[in-house]
Amino acid sequence: MTQPSATGAVGLKPHISVRNLNVYYGDQPALADVSVDIPDRKITAVLGPSGCGKTTFLRSLNRLVDSVDGVRVSGQVLVDDEDLFDPAAEVTHIRKKMGLLSQRPSPLPMSIYDNVAYGPRIHGQRDRAALDALVEHHLKLAGLWEEVRDRLRAPATSLSIGQQQRLCLARGLAVEPEIILADEPTSALDPVSSAHIEGKFRELRDRYTIVIVTHILRQARRLADYVIFMYMGRMVEHGPAAEIFDNPREKQTREYISGVIS
Amino acid sequence: MNRRAAEETFFKALMGISALAIVAALLGIVGTVLWKGLPTMNLDMVTKTPTGAFHLGGAGGVLNAIVGSLCLAGGATVVSACLALPIVMGLNVYSRRASRLVTFTRFSMDVLAGVPSIVFGAVGYILMRLLGLPASLLVGIIVVSLLILPIMIKAMDEMVRLVPAEMAEASAALGATRLETAFRVVARQALPGLATAVLIAFGRGVGDAASVLFTAGFNDRLPDSLGSEAATLPLMIFHQYNSPFPDVQNRAYASALILMVIILAVSVTARILTRRLSRHSIR
Repeated sequence: MTQPSATGAVGLKPHISVRNLNVYYGDQPALADVSVDIPDRKITAVLGPSGCGKTTFLRSLNRLVDSVDGVRVSGQVLVDDEDLFDPAAEVTHIRKKMGLLSQRPSPLPMSIYDNVAYGPRIHGQRDRAALDALVEHHLKLAGLWEEVRDRLRAPATSLSIGQQQRLCLARGLAVEPEIILADEPTSALDPVSSAHIEGKFRELRDRYTIVIVTHILRQARRLADYVIFMYMGRMVEHGPAAEIFDNPREKQTREYISGVIS
Repeated sequence: MNRRAAEETFFKALMGISALAIVAALLGIVGTVLWKGLPTMNLDMVTKTPTGAFHLGGAGGVLNAIVGSLCLAGGATVVSACLALPIVMGLNVYSRRASRLVTFTRFSMDVLAGVPSIVFGAVGYILMRLLGLPASLLVGIIVVSLLILPIMIKAMDEMVRLVPAEMAEASAALGATRLETAFRVVARQALPGLATAVLIAFGRGVGDAASVLFTAGFNDRLPDSLGSEAATLPLMIFHQYNSPFPDVQNRAYASALILMVIILAVSVTARILTRRLSRHSIR
């Protein structure tokens, strides 16, 4: 069940290494002994039924789990060989390496422009021309530029929910992360907007390490290069997408993929 | 008519009566003040300070009390806001939600907000005597700011608690520190509510008599420094109403009218600000 060199075996270079990660909410274990290497510049799908620990796993990758009352974490998450849970680690610096896309778009209470410029600004970019260029570049990257170029000063809430999610993608990309974390990023969107976001992920897969949590099996099939299957707080199986989908080793994975459990 | 329908009718009537009582009380107060105050209201009231004979019915106005009240409540509002913002951000952005300190702080604010203002006045007076300070604008500002601080904090806290956690998380996920999250995102989302809280506190401060009874002094001149005594509208009303002269008593209503107009202006400003500032807020 533990396959420390699985990623290496298929020529996938690890970017995030998770070592014996345990997360407890109070006395309730949410993640039990998870170890996995997440490949660099690929889309990794974290798959599993509701309540299996997918979101906790994702939120451990940028330490947002910290904000929960009474949470306890043990183990290591190594990003570029830096341990995220090392008490001396500078969490703002590590989070800058990751963009987050949540289930529902969460625009900041400011204009479209300021939403994208927020990250660069807090990381020290003050130059107007540079900010203008950054905002345009990342809005284009997220596929939103053409729709908002004439109303950059309008409130972010004037956008449709699908547009808001792409704005959040642009905002995440604007801090120039290496990793994109996405927690069921299409679950609140209509099919057209969902397809739009998925399309963006496919375009970005060569440049970013993308981790997407989903309970939509078909979405994982469409997007994933690498799959992690979780069930009841445990990582049941992980490996290249083709192996997991066509030839799962574990019974639970087989049942999930064939639709016996969901 | 069956029982359930009767209940329905009864409660509808009860609601109607309650609403009517509130409207009647408001109309009664405003009506009385207008009816008694308007005849003695004139330009001198708001542009002149009292002459020696003013308290016997002679010439002059209550400008000293208007300026005194505005300085006192304005100063106290600034002091309170400087204390309230860090406390509210500490409660909501910096602390873990369930910490004992947070619970205790909120409980303390509830208790403090319920303490009668005369107690603040008395405690302020004792402190003032201990420190050897004279009754003055400065001491008045300190006491009033302590009086309105819990009110401001409670009002701000309620607004900031409404800011969705996901919003603060989105900011944190971009690598923002908690300070950046607090003032660039949370405060911005809650800005209309924060402005309202400040104005509510100002309104409470400007109308309070008991807290400044012993601490701000009272005289007929405009306050010219923090160390000088300052008259206030509520105390002016109190003194005028206690006068044996009917003319002076009626001036109490004119002064009350001025106080009411100030508070009305603050409320209207709060409404307008709320609408303006919520342009970017996420609903």
